[in-house]
Order: sequence, then structure tokens, then C-alpha cells
Amino acid sequence: MAKERYDWTEIAKNPAFLELHNRKKFFLYGWWAFSAGSYFLLLLGAGYTPGLFSIEVFGNINVGYLFALSQFVISFVIAVYYGRVADRVFDPLTKKLIDELKYKGGTL
Amino acid sequence: MKNLVTTFIVAILLATAAYAAEPAASTQAVSAVIASASTGAGASTASPPVSRSESAAPAKVKTNKAITLSMFALIIGITLGVVVWAARKTKTAADFYTAGGGITGLQNGWAITGDVVSAASFLGMSGLICLYGIDGFLYSTGPILGFITILLLMAEPLRNAGKYTMGDILCARGNAKSIRAAAAISTVVVSVFYLLAQMVGAGKLMQLLLDIPYRVSVIGVGTLLIIYVVFGGMKATTWVQIIKAGLLLSAAAAISILVFVKSGMNPVRFFADVVNSGNVQDHVRMALLNDPVPVDGFDYGKRFLQPGLFLKNPLDQISLGLAWVLGAAGLPHIMMRFFTVPNAKEARKSIRVSVFLMGAFFILTTFLGFGAAIHITPQKVAAMDKGGNMATLLLAQFLGGGEGSIGGDLFLAFVCAVAFATILAVVSGLVLAASAAIAHDIYVNIIRDGKADQSEQVKVARITSLVVGAAAILMGIAAEKQNIVALVALAFAVAASGNFPVIILSLFWRRFNTAGIVSGIVVGTVAAIGLVLVSPNMTYPRNVAANAQKIILALENKQAEGVELAGKELASLDKARVDYDKNKNGTSIMGLDQPLFPLKNPGIVSVPLGFLAAIFGCLAFRDRRAEEMFDEMYVRQNTGIGIATAVDH
Repeated sequence: MAKERYDWTEIAKNPAFLELHNRKKFFLYGWWAFSAGSYFLLLLGAGYTPGLFSIEVFGNINVGYLFALSQFVISFVIAVYYGRVADRVFDPLTKKLIDELKYKGGTL
Repeated sequence: MKNLVTTFIVAILLATAAYAAEPAASTQAVSAVIASASTGAGASTASPPVSRSESAAPAKVKTNKAITLSMFALIIGITLGVVVWAARKTKTAADFYTAGGGITGLQNGWAITGDVVSAASFLGMSGLICLYGIDGFLYSTGPILGFITILLLMAEPLRNAGKYTMGDILCARGNAKSIRAAAAISTVVVSVFYLLAQMVGAGKLMQLLLDIPYRVSVIGVGTLLIIYVVFGGMKATTWVQIIKAGLLLSAAAAISILVFVKSGMNPVRFFADVVNSGNVQDHVRMALLNDPVPVDGFDYGKRFLQPGLFLKNPLDQISLGLAWVLGAAGLPHIMMRFFTVPNAKEARKSIRVSVFLMGAFFILTTFLGFGAAIHITPQKVAAMDKGGNMATLLLAQFLGGGEGSIGGDLFLAFVCAVAFATILAVVSGLVLAASAAIAHDIYVNIIRDGKADQSEQVKVARITSLVVGAAAILMGIAAEKQNIVALVALAFAVAASGNFPVIILSLFWRRFNTAGIVSGIVVGTVAAIGLVLVSPNMTYPRNVAANAQKIILALENKQAEGVELAGKELASLDKARVDYDKNKNGTSIMGLDQPLFPLKNPGIVSVPLGFLAAIFGCLAFRDRRAEEMFDEMYVRQNTGIGIATAVDH
């Protein structure tokens, strides 16, 4: 079983793992907080600032509709951006860590 | 085994025939129930009061039965073909529950979309936009944030931590039977509430569209889902969901393009068409704002594009938002889909794909809903069905060439068939998740201590799915009169309050342990169910009686003034008197005269309660071993190291 083969506490202290962990934490929590914030702002705005939401921007298209639409745009941007960062930063860091562990003699 | 299943299915079909011979259940109040189905997680307020006194039969969507039934047959034929193919490849428990982890990220992204967007979203969201304007569109932004939560916080760790079920995820730090039992019960509770809402909605929809009796449609849908799940397992379920998502997006895109062309491919003109539509203006003025005489200078068309026509209480709205977002991230049948891909990278890809597909679909609901408002008119849509569920269907018929034309019949039949495929795909996923919790968590891991071999596991999984499917049919029939809003609100509230807190805490909190998981699930689930039971979602007979009394008084006054009542009015007077006598001394299921909890959505209270119970339970019973296991679990879930062994054993 895998349990005997790795010293998990040691891996958890490995600098490569810590770097992965810190970068992920900042990125993931940060973007989640951003998108959750904008969503609840939308709900609050719809409930408490109807005047702002009624301002028309293009023809009859108003701030409220554009704000709601922006939720989808934000989601699309986060999905694309996260994919890129994961491919370029998180996955290579993970690979580096796994290679290092292999080098130390573990078999994966 | 196969004989057993075949016998059972034959028995069900015979039962269907027997029921079909019975006179069709009354179609009255059908539209009202679907209306509630569409409002999904129990939206706050504003559905127009269902007038109980009207006895006129509701107007109907006229489908061409021959064309519609052939489209249904085509979909059934294709999906059964998939089942035959998938059944041959389903040999191990991993095949049955997760398609052997052999689904690609792209395929899984489509399947997740097919799993999430239910008939309530397809028909209900556009209906809400058609009847209540922009509030319907605000409503559709919730699920997409739910999926951003899954993408950023959950998909990859869960893929690395789990095997078949939510119980596996929560047992990552120590295989406690109490965790499995709690996780299995919560999975079954969430899936059954959701499943019931879908089954009842399906029965009503088929009844409305095709004049098939309620029981027959429930039995028909149930039989098909049993065949899909029992024989084809996850592989068949996945492909049914992929096919459905493809059909759904094509239908939505085709309708949207035609609507857009009618407004000269110009978004500004499209919105101007909504605002300048006399029917929309009248609808907002009379049905939504109750202004019998227009207020000078007030633009009722523009009001349609401003919030507050449907979601009136901001607090209920935020509570709904919480349940929508966190509930989507805590639904066990969605979690189960992460295990069908080979690794975390593919899990990430599948959520990214589904964010795009669902986002595209929800954006298109703008065209479906406002398109119906311009071309069909809210009045006509509401006359067919109070919840607006017929908006997309009527729009398709109109765009195809109108009622009675070949094009109109064809397009309407196609969209009906898409709704049918949608129902099948969603219920199959739900039955699979509930069966996995019972067979894998309760039978294999609790009763048999994990000592069941592959053939026994698959056999148990199949028998369980058969039983769950049969139970779904029976409960679906029994629940014909149940309030669908309350059922869906319950499913999302339990998922958000019972499941979401313990999953997040067990993924990210070092000190979290068995006691915290069990107390979090139990308190979150009980709080959510308890609050819904005493909420305004339930029926309060005294309120019904009070409404009936108003009708009686009004009509009797009219009589007293010497006005001769028309036949229709006399009928409603009699009905109101019956309603009043029946309800005047009644109480709700919980024995209450009035709701104890003011909001329809319990999330704003029950989600924090779930978190608090999980944290206190965990701190009260410290578990050093669980804390020591955190490093292992955390490294595994972030890197995938040791995952191959975890999956194979």
C-alpha cells in the first residue's frame, strides 16, 4: 500500500510542495472570493439599488442586464485563465515535485 | 439476475397498461404544479395567486402526436442502443459507478451539463424571463457561480480523494462507518427529493403535452431509467447525458438564432422590441403591478427590464442565492461525475467545458424568454401555464411556422423530445448516485466490511438501482399532489447545508475529523428539512380557507345586491364553500396555522448552522489520528501521488 512508501509529512514540508500550495491558495481562494463577491453584489444590487440597475447603457439594455451578463463573462474568463495557469504553473510544479520524489528512490 | 430484471420490467409494463385503462387523472391544477416546478429552488414570492375558483379548462399546446411520438421513439431507440453497447463493457464495480474512469474531460464536461440543466431550467427559466422579465435572467446566474466554486475549490481535490461516492471522499482520513452512514443517508435524501421533483414534473409535463395519464408517464420514465442504469451503469448514463446536452444546446441555439434574425440581428433592437411591445407593457401593468389605470409617464415596458418583479424580498433572494450556489457544489450526483475521468487534469477540463456550455445555455435563455414575450406574448404563455413552462415550446411552434403547419409541428415535437431526453438524463444520474450510496457505502463498506468481490459488488449495485428505480416510480405516483417547489428547495438546501460545509472543511482544515463530519451532516440536513417544513412553502389550510372566504363574501355581497350570478360564478361559489369547510380547521403537516419561518429558502440560516455544527463537533472530540492523516490527504489531493493505488485496490 502507498501508505508505507511515502513519508507524507516530509512531502508536505518539501519546498516544491509548499510553493505549489502557496501559489494555489492565493490564486484559487482569491478568484473564488472575487466571483462570489460579484454574485452577491448582483443580488444585493437587484434588491436594494433598483435605480442604478435601471440606467440604460445601449438603447434599452440597462446596467442590471449587463451586470447579470457579466457574471457569465467573469466565469468564462476565470475558467480560461485558471486552465492556463494550471497548465503553465501548477502542473509543472507538481511534476517537479513528483520527479524529485522519484529521484529520491520512491517508486510511483 | 438478468431474468429477474427482465421479469420486473415486463411486470412494470403490464402495470402501465393496467393504469392506462383507468380514466386519466384530472388535468386541473396541473399547470399550477408545473408552475411551481419551474421556480426551482423555491424562488421568493410573486407567483400570481392561483385562482381556485376558475373551473375553465386551461388552454393547451397543440402537439402533433404522430410526429412527437416518433421523435420520442427515436430518442428512446438511440439511447437504448447506447445501453446495449455500454452493458457489454460494464463488468466491474468501477465500470458500473464510474465507467472505469475512462471518460475524457471533454465528454464529461458535456455530461455534467446534461446532468445539471434539468427540464426546470430548460422550460422554467425561459418561462420566468417571459413572465417576469430580467428577474428570470438574474435567477440563472446562480448555477454558474456554483460551478466556479466547483472548478476552483473542489473538482481536482475530490477527483484525487474519492473513488465512487461522497462517502469515499469524506472517509479519506479514516474509514469510519459512522461517516459512511451519514454520507449515504444525506446522499439518498438529496437525490430522492430531487428525483421526486423531476418525476412529478415529468409526469405533469407529458400529461400536458401528450395527454398521457400522469401515472403512465411516471411509470414510462421510471422504466426507461431503470433500463439505462441497471444495464448500462455510468457509461450509459454518461452517454444519455451527453446526447441530451447536445440536443438541448442545439434546440436553444436554433430558437435563439431565429429570434435574433426576427429582430434584425441587432441586440439593441431586440431589447427595444421587448420594451415597445404593447402586450409586454399591459402584462407588466395589469398582471405584475396591478395598476388598472396606467400611471402617467411610467414606462411599463422598461419596468420589465428592471429587477424586483419576481424576487421581491432581498433576504429571501440572498438565501436562495446561497442555496443555489453551495447546493450546486454539494449535489452528490454531480460529485460522482468527477470520478469518471482518469485524473485531476481531466476533472479540471470537464468543469471548464461545462462552465462554457452551461453559460452559453443560460445566456441563450435571454432570447428564449424575451423572444417568447415578443412573439407569443406573456398573456398567452401564462394562460397555458402559470409558471411559463410552455414559453419555449410555444416559441418553437411559432418559429417553425405556427400551429398546425408542418414546420411548427416538427419544431415543437423536436423541443418536446429534447425536454423528454432532459428528464431521462437527469433522473438516471440521480438514481445512480442514490444506488451507489446504498450499495457501495452501506452494503459493501458497512455491512460487508469492504470484503465483497467484483461480481458481488456489481450484482448488488444492479439490484439496488432496480429497487431505487422502482421506489422512484412508486413515490412519483404517490407524490402527484406534492409541492415541487418545496421538494427542490429541500434538495438544494440539504446539499448546501449538510454536504457542502463538511466537504470543504474536510478538504482544507487540518483538525477536521469524524465527529465534525457526522455532526455537520446531521445538523445541516435536519436544520434544512426542519426549516422548509415550517416555511411558507408548505400549504397552510387556514390561509386557503381565508382565501375561499373572501371569494364567498364577494360573491354573496353581489347576490345580496340583487345581481344574478353567472354559471361560472355560481360554480366558483360552491367550490369556495367546499374549500372553506374542508380547510377552516386544518393545519399544515407540522400542525401549524401560519409559517414559523418567514423565508421560503432556509439557506441563510441552515448553511451557517451546518458549518457551526461541523466545527463544534470537531472541536468537542479531537482526533489526533485524523490530524496526522491531513498531510497525506492534502498532498494526495494536490498532487495525485498514490492515486493509482487508491483507485485500483
